[in-house]
Amino acid sequence: MFEKKKDELLIDHNHDGVDRRGFLKCMAWAGTGALCVIQGGVLKSYSLSNMPELSAEVAGELSFVQISDSHMGFNKAANPDVVGTLKAAVDKINGLATPPEFMLHTGDISHLSKPEEFDTVDQILKSASPKDVFFVPGEHDVLGDDGKQYLERYGKNAKGAGWYSFDKKGVHFIGLVNVLNLKAGGLGTLGHEQLEWMEDDVKHLKDSTPIVVFAHIPLWTVYPEWGWGTEDSVQALAYLKKFGSVTVLNGHIHQTMQKVEGNVTFHTAASTAFPQPAPGKADSPGPMKVPAEQLKSVLGITDVNYVQTQHALAVVDSSLA
Amino acid sequence: MRRSVSTAVLLVALGFGMAGLGAGTGDFSASAQLKPETTEVKIDNFSFGPGTLTVPVGTTVTWTNRDDIPHTVVSTEGAFKSKVLDTDEKFSFTFSKAGSYPYFCSIHPKMTGRVVVQ
Repeated sequence: MFEKKKDELLIDHNHDGVDRRGFLKCMAWAGTGALCVIQGGVLKSYSLSNMPELSAEVAGELSFVQISDSHMGFNKAANPDVVGTLKAAVDKINGLATPPEFMLHTGDISHLSKPEEFDTVDQILKSASPKDVFFVPGEHDVLGDDGKQYLERYGKNAKGAGWYSFDKKGVHFIGLVNVLNLKAGGLGTLGHEQLEWMEDDVKHLKDSTPIVVFAHIPLWTVYPEWGWGTEDSVQALAYLKKFGSVTVLNGHIHQTMQKVEGNVTFHTAASTAFPQPAPGKADSPGPMKVPAEQLKSVLGITDVNYVQTQHALAVVDSSLA
Repeated sequence: MRRSVSTAVLLVALGFGMAGLGAGTGDFSASAQLKPETTEVKIDNFSFGPGTLTVPVGTTVTWTNRDDIPHTVVSTEGAFKSKVLDTDEKFSFTFSKAGSYPYFCSIHPKMTGRVVVQ
């Protein structure tokens, strides 16, 4: 079925479905795209040579796409054409073998929360085949007004600062906000009110319901020195312990990364705008300049397929190159 | 580490004071010698430099964002708050009361700094 059998994870030391080598391999493929399929709690990873074919292979009952960190308005050397790369991402989405039913945007839609930046993104996303887009804000979307404009534009049916949930074909989606009320020296924050809402939101769901949680800043501690984590995410994840399948989708760090911990698979998406360095590999997490011809290989989209019979979510990262 | 930075800043401030004296400005009370008109903090690579700045009462401190990413300068205790600073934008605040003023970037809260006003 897959040609790259040799890349499968064969040894599971911690019985958590992922060994160190497998995890690193998944990370190493970030630039060119990686496919990770979780079946029965075991992660299998494949290098991604032909994304449309693989998408067709893993297509299930539900297919959706995650895009992230468009940073509309950014115009520095790391990518002077964020309009062009977002359009390339939309082209990629429109070219998928299995048309996705909707899109998730995991924040940093804009670079400076300017109305025209949001307008441009909305306009470009209109040309994508999936018509529904579900947003959560990044810290760049709530600048200056604590997220008022964001809420008016994208959060009409949301609770609190913009959190909400919805169901698609038996999968329960939860959009969280962790970019407001940040404290000095701290990480992302969900806050008491949102956590209470979330506890109540999942209380009545069956344990077998697949859960997808999406938020801007990672809900697992990727690299606290750069603020890549969320203070109170442990509490949020505790509410999800009873579920057999939990997938957490984040943005913010402008690179793909995956981790499996118990019943939870964490995944961060690439940016459509500019790459950031791997944790600790630079003095700061600022935009990473790569040669122009390589830029599209470090930007991308994430395609997610849910196969009901196997209770598995397959997450496919695809570069824009 | 922080102490040595503060000391260095004080020595620089003293140096300016002495230069003023040499130029014969005439007005050189002890406080005037320690009083630079403005002091710069540079925002570079997601950090404030110097991280701790010690200045005399009445000093205007100017922060300049030299990153490709926007930052803010926000007092932890509410004493001052900049608007969002895009690349090369500046924010200034004049410290009229002695005290210790911790601050951070509200967008990237791992970025913290402190102004000590004496």
